[in-house]
Amino acid sequence: MSSIEVDGKNYETDEEGYLTNLTDWNKEIANYIAQVENINMTEQHWEVINFLREYFEEYQIAPAVRVLTKAIGKKLGADKGNSEYLYSLFPYGPGKQACKIAGLPKPTGCV
Amino acid sequence: MLHIINKSPLANNALDSCLRVAQSGEILLIEDAVYAATTGNAFEGKIRKALERFKIHVLQPDLEARGLADRIIEGVIPVDYGGFVDLTTTNKTCQSWL
Amino acid sequence: MSHINIKKFMFVNRKAPHGTIYALEALEVVLITAAFDQDVSLVFLDDGVYQLKKGQQTKGIETKNFSSAYRALEGYDIEKLYVEKESLEARGISEEDLLVDVTVLGRTEMGELMNQQDVVMSF
Repeated sequence: MSSIEVDGKNYETDEEGYLTNLTDWNKEIANYIAQVENINMTEQHWEVINFLREYFEEYQIAPAVRVLTKAIGKKLGADKGNSEYLYSLFPYGPGKQACKIAGLPKPTGCV
Repeated sequence: MLHIINKSPLANNALDSCLRVAQSGEILLIEDAVYAATTGNAFEGKIRKALERFKIHVLQPDLEARGLADRIIEGVIPVDYGGFVDLTTTNKTCQSWL
Repeated sequence: MSHINIKKFMFVNRKAPHGTIYALEALEVVLITAAFDQDVSLVFLDDGVYQLKKGQQTKGIETKNFSSAYRALEGYDIEKLYVEKESLEARGISEEDLLVDVTVLGRTEMGELMNQQDVVMSF
């Protein structure tokens, strides 16, 4: 079992660093995971993270990248609903990396 | 005796067998067996008939999980986990029809 | 993608949602298959129709409430959902009780639809 330590508290993760308990998540944890992933969180990053959390809240799954891209385009505009933009924010994949920061499980079908 | 059933009546014959063999006592429907306790299902007639010789209970959290808590057949008694435990202690014997 | 490679996939769901793992596993397979741009149909037969019942609240049994995920299928471009009429009737469930839009088919039409598939997976 792996874990991360944020502000003196331990949080359980899986071996790839995804939070085990989705309810543990908070902004400090997100910032911590982002730092480990070498990502400097900006407003644009938070926009995607918040979108992912809302999506999960609604459907109880983490969206596949293709689905996320389309849904972001619908909500935040075509300039953001494309993989070039999303990969510029999350170089290792908006599904994999953004979901980890958002405290969600890895998207189904994402290897 | 308490008879515990956990299979859907429309996919498995456990409840049917129980009703055929057991003579009286109490029945507790849990997990997928809670579908038997809902109005309009094809097993409803058999449940109504069984209510003449059995006290029938249904586990409320399992009904809620399946979105059917609002359609319990009249006469069937909803119980929570505490009620489940009570049933296993007030009955001398307990049989799970797996 | 070349159209030559598109096959008709059908997933047949026949199990109630929470008592066994089948329904959840089938849903995962469907979500994964969606990534391959195939022609996917979902069928709900027998106790499988219970998977789509509105108002499922799994807090009390402490399991994942995956019923919300059926509403995400549209975003995955999976829009062909078929429910057998006879299965609904035997369970006292109507189309209005379901949490997504579906096409209700009688057993004959359902059989015909199955006949048209290239791949059928049953859960």
